[in-house]
Amino acid sequence: MPRHEFIVVDPDLCIGCEICESVCSFVHEGVFNPLLSRIKRVRIEPIVNIALSCQKCEDPDCVNACPQKALEKDEKTGSIKVNEDKCTGCAFCIRACPFGAISLSTESGIVLICDLCESTEYDEPQCIELCPREAISLKSVDQIGDENRIDAVKRLLSEMLEESK
Amino acid sequence: MTLEGYTQQRVNIHLDTEKIDISTIHEDFCTKWIGGYGFGAKVLWDELKLDIDPFSPDNILVWAIGPYPTTIIPTSSKYGLFAKSPQTGLFGMSISSGSIAQQARRAGHNMIVFYGKAEEPVFIMFDDDDINIIPCKELDLWGKGCWEADEILKEHYNDSRLSVAAIGPAGEKLSRMGCVTNDRNRQAGRTGMGGVMGSKNLKALCFRGTKSVKIAYPKEFYEKAKELIKRSIGTATTKYRENGTPNGLASYNDMGMLANYNFREGYWKDIDILNGQYLNDHYVVKTCGCSQCTIACDHLARVPNDHPDWAGTVASMDIENIYSMGCDCGHSDWPAIMKGIEICDTLGMDGISAGATVAFAMECFEKGIITKKDLGYDLSFGNYKSMIRILEEMGNRSSKIGDILADGSRAAAEKLGGDAMKYSMQVKGLEFPMYEIHGMSSFAVGASVSIRGACHLRNGAYGLDAKGKFDRFGYEKPLERGKAIKKTEDEYCLIDSLIVCKFTRGIYENNQEYCDMYKYVSGYEMTTEQFLNNGEAIHNLAKCFNIREGATKADDYPPERFFTEPPTIGPAKGVTLDKKGYTSILEGYYEARGWTKEGIPTDETLKRLGLDFVIGKLTGGKK
Repeated sequence: MPRHEFIVVDPDLCIGCEICESVCSFVHEGVFNPLLSRIKRVRIEPIVNIALSCQKCEDPDCVNACPQKALEKDEKTGSIKVNEDKCTGCAFCIRACPFGAISLSTESGIVLICDLCESTEYDEPQCIELCPREAISLKSVDQIGDENRIDAVKRLLSEMLEESK
Repeated sequence: MTLEGYTQQRVNIHLDTEKIDISTIHEDFCTKWIGGYGFGAKVLWDELKLDIDPFSPDNILVWAIGPYPTTIIPTSSKYGLFAKSPQTGLFGMSISSGSIAQQARRAGHNMIVFYGKAEEPVFIMFDDDDINIIPCKELDLWGKGCWEADEILKEHYNDSRLSVAAIGPAGEKLSRMGCVTNDRNRQAGRTGMGGVMGSKNLKALCFRGTKSVKIAYPKEFYEKAKELIKRSIGTATTKYRENGTPNGLASYNDMGMLANYNFREGYWKDIDILNGQYLNDHYVVKTCGCSQCTIACDHLARVPNDHPDWAGTVASMDIENIYSMGCDCGHSDWPAIMKGIEICDTLGMDGISAGATVAFAMECFEKGIITKKDLGYDLSFGNYKSMIRILEEMGNRSSKIGDILADGSRAAAEKLGGDAMKYSMQVKGLEFPMYEIHGMSSFAVGASVSIRGACHLRNGAYGLDAKGKFDRFGYEKPLERGKAIKKTEDEYCLIDSLIVCKFTRGIYENNQEYCDMYKYVSGYEMTTEQFLNNGEAIHNLAKCFNIREGATKADDYPPERFFTEPPTIGPAKGVTLDKKGYTSILEGYYEARGWTKEGIPTDETLKRLGLDFVIGKLTGGKK
């Protein structure tokens, strides 16, 4: 079975424009408000820009931390589903998430977690579609490992690659 | 009628009494004056007393946004500051980007008007509807640079995304070119709005907003916004994305339009170094976008670690600062330009005016008006180390000459006396942007009729010369030229009122698209005629403000140098502006605007634009 894909942002490409945040709140909540976004831009001056959202951990700390058992990892998609009836907004999951990828809605008091736009009318995550630098993509850990390996080999064996041309 | 987009909330802050009034901006006001520039022009016309000293408590500082911040319309997070300018004595305005507008929008504010002067230095925290005026001494904020103030406030409120617009020591010490810095690299730079804040004892504005923004027609909006975003990363903006604004260095230089040596020349000898590609290849480490900006013209460059003086300095590179602190000062030293930009951004000085004022001082040095004895060091053209030194002395007013130069070249020339005014390259007191206008007969007029002084952002008339719409060395078709300048000027008024960035002007196919977007956000349907009429009305109102203050036709002329001293190299070699020809285009422009030969709007024009309230009130100012 292929592994679950999640949102990956390339900090070399990210310009920190926050459009991912804005569109996320718009397609999920019908309004613009980065506080209602499930992806968060991080800027560390002067040059670091990236956005973070749910990494779909194999053994998610957020699910384990929830005292209400309101969070559940969807077997099929890997997304963390929030049971809105059970969630009390206690924010234990926010404290547990090592990526700061969960936030508490300022309007409903329920936590917000990236669902790759599954709950919206759109087939593709809209942050990916609108990112002006194509900095956001969907990847699995296997793909990331594969890409990193190829990069590493290109660096390590640059001479051999040059000779083979 | 309900309007979306706008919050319609106006906050009046009386700094002397700490009284805060909140009122509702009427729908008709919103749709007539649009936002930003239009709001500023109307409030200043209605409320500012005549002939006041711009640094007196009587000056009014208007902060305003339009209907778009927080939406995904490309480059929608922009705000404007408006007041009587201490640099020009006329209509002052400056627009900045970054995160301020969208945080303030979510906090619920559409326009904030500052009256009076605080008893002691203060900053103001706008935390949604909670507005607090707080003494700077609580955080030891007064005296701090713009970047440091930003960091202190973010830390104090424990919020890395707090939006802070602050002045630096220059604004505190009433530099007439004092600017406002926000988000580190974004400035409300021109016409001394930072000095006005300083005169009000107002160090910083902090914004944090949590409210959501609704759209009147969400479906149509989203479809069109996606299209605009797509276009905004297409060919219309390639140059801004790839090399950033420095891309223009080489192309304008090719036409002899890159000002250097204090506008004696328009062709820069070392263009093989001082160009956007070279900068990108050697120094740029990152491109950054303002909130909701898809273009990211902001090219951050870093001084290499092995540099003996300024290693590690990271600065935001813009063509205007590269001209003003580079070739205009007679050098191509990239690290010095980066350091100069950092000084201006942290001390809070307008980078264009600061650099151009140093170039002015260098020419004064050459002519013996300023001497080594006055300065303690050499200030010849090309001495970039001295440029850094004098910039610091200007921002801090820490030396005799630095103190004189801190108010810009016109004020400095008045103090220095002699022939100094001949070398002050400004219109209405505001220093020129990078365009060398000896061989730009249309833009010479465009830059000089600008409401806020010499400027390339009040109309795009430089395009008429650069794209060859008219002979740039000739003066034929003055009325057609006038009409062309008017057209771009009216459109720019709308761009500055909505407010969006001018770098997106190429992504809208026509004015109907602007109106469509305005309708999708606000719910209010406007015809393109009405839209353009509003733009024209905004321009005319700002013009009337200047006339009321005493501005005349003479204020619409560039310095004598352009009529008498031709460049000695490049495509404009031997060319000067012809005064008769210039005047014919100027009068063609006045005619196109429906103004008299002296540049006064006729009653008929004012009535056509719905400016009846101006009629009979155009006199009185002494300037």
